[in-house]
Amino acid sequence: MKRFFLFLPLLIAVVLGVVLFAGIGKDPTKLESALIGKPVPAFSLKDLNTPDTLLDESLFKGKVQLLNVWGTWCPACRDEHDDLMWLAQDKGVSIIGLNYKDNREDALVWLERLGDPYSTSIYDPRGTLGFDLGVYGAPETFVIDEQGVVRYRHVGVVNEKVWQETLLPVINDIRENG
Amino acid sequence: MARFALVAALLMLAPMASAQVADVYNFETTQQEQRFQDLIEELRCPKCQNQNIADSNSPISKDMRAEVYRRMRTGESNDEIVDALVDRFGEFILYRPQVEKRTILLWATPAIAVLGGLLVVIGVIVRSRRQTDETPELTAEEKARVAKILAEDDQDNRA
Repeated sequence: MKRFFLFLPLLIAVVLGVVLFAGIGKDPTKLESALIGKPVPAFSLKDLNTPDTLLDESLFKGKVQLLNVWGTWCPACRDEHDDLMWLAQDKGVSIIGLNYKDNREDALVWLERLGDPYSTSIYDPRGTLGFDLGVYGAPETFVIDEQGVVRYRHVGVVNEKVWQETLLPVINDIRENG
Repeated sequence: MARFALVAALLMLAPMASAQVADVYNFETTQQEQRFQDLIEELRCPKCQNQNIADSNSPISKDMRAEVYRRMRTGESNDEIVDALVDRFGEFILYRPQVEKRTILLWATPAIAVLGGLLVVIGVIVRSRRQTDETPELTAEEKARVAKILAEDDQDNRA
């Protein structure tokens, strides 16, 4: 019994070490979405390109899609734009844009100048859909399955590495396992 | 005097703690205002992670404050308001996580630590007691030897 107590500090150190080591390398600013496994919240917002068109959550039904939250005020969105173009054009990924807390003219100029990777763009100037999605900064990218259910949320820039290592595996998993 | 000055200084600092929210909300009663203040001080900003939404000036905190206010106006209870925000932003925003199976260890850790410390202290006390109790009395023979050694020691010192 006394022997056991001698080893107690070592035991505590090992347990603490394992627990703390598990936390190393995790980015605490990247939170898992509270909406995973839940459908995209109901909304009714105008299309960015055609203001007369009203869009709603049925937009997300039918196929696996990405939902990319962006704004012209967001420098990191500029960084990922070329990669979104690459995904849309070369990889044939369907991306829906959520223009978040922005104004229409700026957004249209941006898409005109840099290219438009979005199959549809939702215009959310007051950030209401963004709020319901739990968006706390841009860019954020959601993976939505064909039932319109949120499966994954990536906070930060999407690039080739993020696509290969994070988003594509999620999409493949949805396609294989439903 | 020094104590009075310290108290005065602290009193002057106190309003600064809650004066950071730039936007103004109107309340009918001070209780409601206090309720609003309590709510936003207990919710954590998801963007600037070591601030509550009362202190943070990030756009998302502003939106969250507005949502708390809007829901208060429609007569929702504190729990309903907090749940609505947790549904969107996750449990991360709670400074006081809900007590449930998954978080019970988190809540119990301080109690476990105090209990462990108490056990160690009790162990140490019991052991030291037992050692003093168990020190055997000297036999008559040993006592005679002690007296002899001390007497010799005395003589050596005198010599």
